[in-house]
Amino acid sequence: MTITPASVVSARDLGLTFETNDGPVNALTGVNLDVNKGDFVSFIGPSGCGKTTFLRVIADLEKPTSGAITVNGTTPEDARKNRSYGYVFQAAALYPWRTIEKNIALPLEIMGYSAADQKARIDRTLDLVNLTGFGKKFPWQLSGGMQQRASIARALAFDADLLLMDEPFGALDEIVRDHLNEQLLKLWDRTNKTICFVTHSIPEAVYLSTKIVVMSPRPGRVTDIIESTLPKERPLDIRESPEFLEIASRVREGLRAGHSYDE
Amino acid sequence: MEKSNFFKDRVMPVGVILLALLVIWYVAVIFLNVPFERDTAARAGTAITFSEILPKTMFQQRPVLPAPHQVIAEIWNTTVLMPITSKRSLVYHAWITLSATLLGFGIGTVLGILLAVGIVHNRAMDRSLMPWVIASQTIPILAIAPMIIVVLNAVGISGLLPKALISTYLSFFPIVVGMVKGLRSPEQIQLDLMHTYYASPSQTFWKLRWPSSMPYLFTSLKVAIAISLVGAIVGELPTGAVSGLGARLLAGSYYGQTVQIWSALFMAAALAATLVIIVGFAHTAVLKRMGTRA
Ligand SMILES: Nc1ncnc2c1ncn2[C@@H]1O[C@H](COP(=O)(O)OP(=O)(O)OP(=O)(O)O)[C@@H](O)[C@H]1O
Ligand SMILES: [Mg+2]
Repeated sequence: MTITPASVVSARDLGLTFETNDGPVNALTGVNLDVNKGDFVSFIGPSGCGKTTFLRVIADLEKPTSGAITVNGTTPEDARKNRSYGYVFQAAALYPWRTIEKNIALPLEIMGYSAADQKARIDRTLDLVNLTGFGKKFPWQLSGGMQQRASIARALAFDADLLLMDEPFGALDEIVRDHLNEQLLKLWDRTNKTICFVTHSIPEAVYLSTKIVVMSPRPGRVTDIIESTLPKERPLDIRESPEFLEIASRVREGLRAGHSYDE
Repeated sequence: MEKSNFFKDRVMPVGVILLALLVIWYVAVIFLNVPFERDTAARAGTAITFSEILPKTMFQQRPVLPAPHQVIAEIWNTTVLMPITSKRSLVYHAWITLSATLLGFGIGTVLGILLAVGIVHNRAMDRSLMPWVIASQTIPILAIAPMIIVVLNAVGISGLLPKALISTYLSFFPIVVGMVKGLRSPEQIQLDLMHTYYASPSQTFWKLRWPSSMPYLFTSLKVAIAISLVGAIVGELPTGAVSGLGARLLAGSYYGQTVQIWSALFMAAALAATLVIIVGFAHTAVLKRMGTRA
């Protein structure tokens, strides 16, 4: 196994089996994947195919039961201890007793950023997710979509080169989603972050990614990896271009092939 | 609008129950005190009519059950009309009991929280301590209260502390149980978030577990403060204490001073209610600061 310095995530024959009361559940089997520095990788696949589980393995929230994985060239545990990634969960997971700005400050407090730096970062990330003016509100005073945006701001507030996002825009309406997709691309372009992004939406995956990982369930495995040929500069209307539609149909094919209809 | 609602929602229901209780009480007074008047009249050989007996049952010296106005008059006489320094002042006795209550409650709260922190963070403590904590409460407090006081007296500790320790014995239990639950109440996703930040155990405690446990803590504190008072009173009973509400109860029953017993009981109840209400206000204030939905 050779690891190039640019490799951010490298999985070899990765497998994870949950031992449950109803017997073992194969959440991941034989996953081989390389994510390079600066990649924008989308994971797409039906519910229960192990997308969240894979992200959690990268984040050292689950331990694989077979195979090997490195993050930034080290074990996931060391990568976590180096605070090398920000994680956006499927649910917002804001702390209800903290205001929005205090929620964004949480990782900054833990990682020991100075008060002035905290303030600047809170303002910047609130602006980034269009929540300026909502910093003093408590989570329950915000809509579900706004809460999710606040949780994205929280993950962007500190300097992690890798961003793990688990269906961050799943709860948002189309317009806000478009806007945030654009913002995310700009941010990615500007900061040169590496992003792993789980989604259920084919257009979203194609629009955002440099690499699309198609997964299928029972057991969770990777069925196709599609390198995008779209340019890095992507206006929203690129989604009507023939090139875009071709990639989208390849993703759809991949999903169909991996999907069993016999239930 | 606001006011009439407050009257309708709060004052009315409580008032109706209070009125009903008073009626029941007066009826009971008549039933329980009539035999004594009948006996007295019979011994004197005089015939007495029911309408003559009725008023007498309301003003006996040592009634089986004193009437509400007798109790109220006694409370008034021993609080407002009596200097606090007097040994007969109910305020003085209440203060003696209250100080033991508060000291015991304070120690119990700190002890309970420390035990809960240990139990939540340490598997060995969880296994070894929790059964003892529960077992401690299966021993009747009336049985061990005298022993605690005798043992502590023997080693030279007397006065406030032994009584307070009985309060502690009772009050640490709901705190431990509530706080163990509260400190374990964060959801997995909230803990995972801390894990991704590589937060230290103390950061996870102060920024997640502790704030999560606040609603549980205050619910426990309300129970704990009320039983602390019970503990302090029980602590006064077996020791022949001369001051405190427990001593008043005991002295009252020695000398058949039922009016004194009942007024001490009411004082204890009022004290308990006040303490619970104060904790309730603190609860509301803390939750408000934590942004809980109004
Ligand atoms: N902690 C766990 N214990 C047991 N089984 C689990 C656990 N977490 C996930 N699984 C199982 O692993 C499989 C993959 O779950 P995962 O959450 O990764 O799916 P997903 O692709 O993220 O689905 P979705 O799109 O619905 O979020 C599922 O069959 C799920 O039931
Ligand atoms: Mg998922």
